[in-house]
Amino acid sequence: MMLKLRVDNQEIEAREGKTLLQACLDNQIYVPNLCYLEDMESPSASCRMCFVEIEGTPQPVPSCTVQVKNDMVVKTDTPAVRQLQRTALRLLLSVHDVDCKNCHANKKCELQNIAKFLKVGLKPKRLERYLKETLIDETHPFLIHYPNRCVLCGKCVHICRGKHGESVLTFARRGFDTIISTYSATDESSLTCGDCDTCVKACPVGALAVKESS
Amino acid sequence: MNEELTEEEKEALKHIALKLETFEKHRGNLIPILQMVQNNLAYLPSEALKIVAQHLGIIESEVYGVATFYNQFRFHPPGKYPVKVCLGTACHVKAGDIILENFERKLEISDGETTPDREFSIERVACVGCCALAPVAIIDETVHGHMAPSKVEGLILRIKLQEEIEEREKKKNEPGQS
Ligand code: SF4
Ligand code: SF4
Ligand code: FES
Ligand code: FES
Repeated sequence: MMLKLRVDNQEIEAREGKTLLQACLDNQIYVPNLCYLEDMESPSASCRMCFVEIEGTPQPVPSCTVQVKNDMVVKTDTPAVRQLQRTALRLLLSVHDVDCKNCHANKKCELQNIAKFLKVGLKPKRLERYLKETLIDETHPFLIHYPNRCVLCGKCVHICRGKHGESVLTFARRGFDTIISTYSATDESSLTCGDCDTCVKACPVGALAVKESS
Repeated sequence: MNEELTEEEKEALKHIALKLETFEKHRGNLIPILQMVQNNLAYLPSEALKIVAQHLGIIESEVYGVATFYNQFRFHPPGKYPVKVCLGTACHVKAGDIILENFERKLEISDGETTPDREFSIERVACVGCCALAPVAIIDETVHGHMAPSKVEGLILRIKLQEEIEEREKKKNEPGQS
């Protein structure tokens, strides 16, 4: 069933069961997002980018966790929303090794897009920078991972699990130390990979790449 | 992550493989299984993670992801002299992290790791209950209060010397040597 809702004073239609984020994106209303994939049953809502305000709800909510309802009235660009998004972005950038010139994602990077959209400099000055010790993880036979470019969105893990039943990539450790790891202590995980590069394509930034030699 | 297993550990691993059979092949058993393995081996070597993954029919990286989430699991054998550096509130305020860094630099390993000769391992711990002595480090069972970066080298050296002396004593007492 098609539902009608109002986003930023614009009338849009969306199929029942869609998330509010998807409905906005389908109607060319951009809402910053990093961790959302349409086929996720329960979105992790971990990037805290996709906030919007819904009439009748006192606080901004992540639009990837809300399903569209008839007559919903939504605002995507209130000061409260922007403030939350800018803070989330600055926090991400504070643990990010910003070196776009030397990054293969340069110009196709979602983090760059969002920074431009929110008018936040890629090198914010207010927060202390905290980088992980491992700059490049080359333990996997085919994949290269750059922990300090990773926004921990989890798309690679989700998409790999969807394709192969279980994921070669995993979140490891916790808190500030959380990383994406392939834990390729053995070469069995590489068998699963074959010439698949789905995870590399899913990465919204430049944190994953295929090794040149493979 | 890949220390060679000792002969003893290889034996323990066989024992673990048998014990695994008593656990139902169910994801929910992952944590109890990892606890069983660590009880037998004192840490979780990659060889063990592998047989656990095989038993449960899940991928190794998943076992690793779950295991690294919890503080209770370790991935390196405990050293003969475990160094525990307190980073509780008081020690944190008194720059315990600098003490930790000094041990890491001197022993050339990171927090959570073990020297290749398995003599020393480093671990950060939360308040050990003698905040008045902050910053605190515990080596083996001995508490060292009011730690300073300059004390780190001396402490390690003392242990190494002690070891050498004991070694020599032992040799002296071996029959046919004196
Ligand atoms: S991931 Fe994006 S923001 Fe980060 S260095 Fe690469 S291009 Fe720049
Ligand atoms: S590697 Fe890329 S896709 Fe995977 S969690 Fe990091 S940023 Fe997301
Ligand atoms: S896209 Fe909604 S929280 Fe990341
Ligand atoms: S905080 Fe270190 S002993 Fe209490």
